[in-house]
Amino acid sequence: MRAWLLSLRSRLSSMFPDPVAPDVSPPPLATRLWQRAPGPLLAMPVLVLLLVGFLAPLILVVTYSFMPPHTFSLTQAPTLDNYRNVFSSTYYVSFGWSVLLAALTTVLLLLVSWPIAYGLTRSFSKPMVLTLLLVLPLFISENVRLFGWVLTLSNHGVLDGTARALFDVELPMPLYNIPIVLFGMAFIFLPFMLFPMALGISMIPESCREAAYDLGATRLQVLREVEIPLAMPGIAIGSLLTFVLALGSISEAKLLGGQSIIMIAHEIETAFTYAQNWPLGAALATLLILLTAAMVIALLARLDMERLLGRGR
Amino acid sequence: MSLQSINRAERRNRRLMKLWAGVILVFLYLPIIAVFIASFSNLRFFVFPFQEWSIRWYRAVLSSLEIQQYLQNSLLVAGAVTIISVILAVFGALAFARYPWRGRGVYQRVLLLPIFFPQAVLGLAILMWLSWLGITPGWKTAVFAHLVWIVPIVTLIISIRIYGFDPSLEEAAYDLGASRRQVFLDVTLPLLWPGIFSGALFAFLLSWGNFPLSVYTSGVDQTVPEWMYSRMVAGYTPQVPALGALTVIVAIFLLFGAYALSRWWQRRQARNGNDQ
Repeated sequence: MRAWLLSLRSRLSSMFPDPVAPDVSPPPLATRLWQRAPGPLLAMPVLVLLLVGFLAPLILVVTYSFMPPHTFSLTQAPTLDNYRNVFSSTYYVSFGWSVLLAALTTVLLLLVSWPIAYGLTRSFSKPMVLTLLLVLPLFISENVRLFGWVLTLSNHGVLDGTARALFDVELPMPLYNIPIVLFGMAFIFLPFMLFPMALGISMIPESCREAAYDLGATRLQVLREVEIPLAMPGIAIGSLLTFVLALGSISEAKLLGGQSIIMIAHEIETAFTYAQNWPLGAALATLLILLTAAMVIALLARLDMERLLGRGR
Repeated sequence: MSLQSINRAERRNRRLMKLWAGVILVFLYLPIIAVFIASFSNLRFFVFPFQEWSIRWYRAVLSSLEIQQYLQNSLLVAGAVTIISVILAVFGALAFARYPWRGRGVYQRVLLLPIFFPQAVLGLAILMWLSWLGITPGWKTAVFAHLVWIVPIVTLIISIRIYGFDPSLEEAAYDLGASRRQVFLDVTLPLLWPGIFSGALFAFLLSWGNFPLSVYTSGVDQTVPEWMYSRMVAGYTPQVPALGALTVIVAIFLLFGAYALSRWWQRRQARNGNDQ
């Protein structure tokens, strides 16, 4: 019994060490935290922002999706009515179109971007000016750029007007249909595919390509078996970014597509604003968030961020 | 395959890639050129080619008190976003790339989530959140919404810079007796400058052109992209191309000005380096 008490005392005293000598005052809390754990301390402001500005709103949306239709409070008994409503009406059409167009945009941009991303990282002699020219559209409101296409393609627009004045022919107006929506999405999201892809291509070591050529590989084999696999992290990020952003896009379909197609994000917006049915909009948004989150988390879990950004340092 | 034929193929490929890049540039800039063309029309509606060129709509834009208010709102939001996001991102990037800590891997991934997220949905979610909290939307809430999206981007840009510098420089300064503050101000911050500079540029320009977040969260303080959109869907307004062209000019000026500035700085650094 006595031995046990002694061991308890020693254990307690190790848990609560004697106070430091009173003449040496301990450093302030911030300094101690900084010395012991600079990482979490520095990450704190950003994490708080994401907690308050990202996670909390999303939780709120998911909670609203379980409230009875047309209510604005969160205190009702939870119900699945909104989801029943979503699945029993024609929202699958908008969902289907959004997924299809986002997928087509991604595939199209994979093909369009590869030669430019490749040239940008490997063969062009002055890549910086081209990079700036490709970045600039990112900084111009997408509505302005889409409106530019309306001005270009409409009847008596820039193309049609030029053709009439020079050759006296009328061009057909390619606006307000589904292909132009796809075109507009590819146009808007090009940089989101291009730059991650270029990052991926810059990770291919020159020696790997040379070795493959030395071993007698053809150009196509090098592309398929060396370059694409090694650039995969960049290609995957670009594809996912394009797909996710295209999935949630509205403006392309509204400005270029007329009424030919309604995207899912447009349905969500209508439910929230025009129809004043927050729970329904929240249910649609929750489904979109789940689809997005599943893909994003699956990819991010696999990425090696250090290697991607720090080049394996 | 002989070396010569590989070289020939590479040269041909390079030419093709250049051609393709040129085609894509034409596509990227054709609509922007169309906006500029339309902005110089004298008419209330748009027909091309028009008889008379004029700067009438630029005058109308610049003298409109209403539009001045939108410009002011846009500048206010973009300015506030730039300052706050750079401060948060410097700390965020040090945690991202400089110090090893438990949970850093999760932090690096969580930080990317707002970038990989449809902005319109994010804007609506933040609007709901604000109304649930009882906050009236205004320019401050627009700043908040922009920050959620822009801080991660700026953090990434500065992180890439941090990965590029040698942490032993900081350690050497500590060993020489520098205080924490001195090391941060005299060693870390100067090394981060190029990253901070491009991060601030991105923050300003992305906020300046943003529509999907602003439209739900700015309340009565409409920004320029919001006003242009509301006019675009309501038929043709001749002030829209003029104002659009002005925003493009601002973006060109800032981007290429920043590029020229960084080139000048690099050359100066190189010269100073040679002198020593």
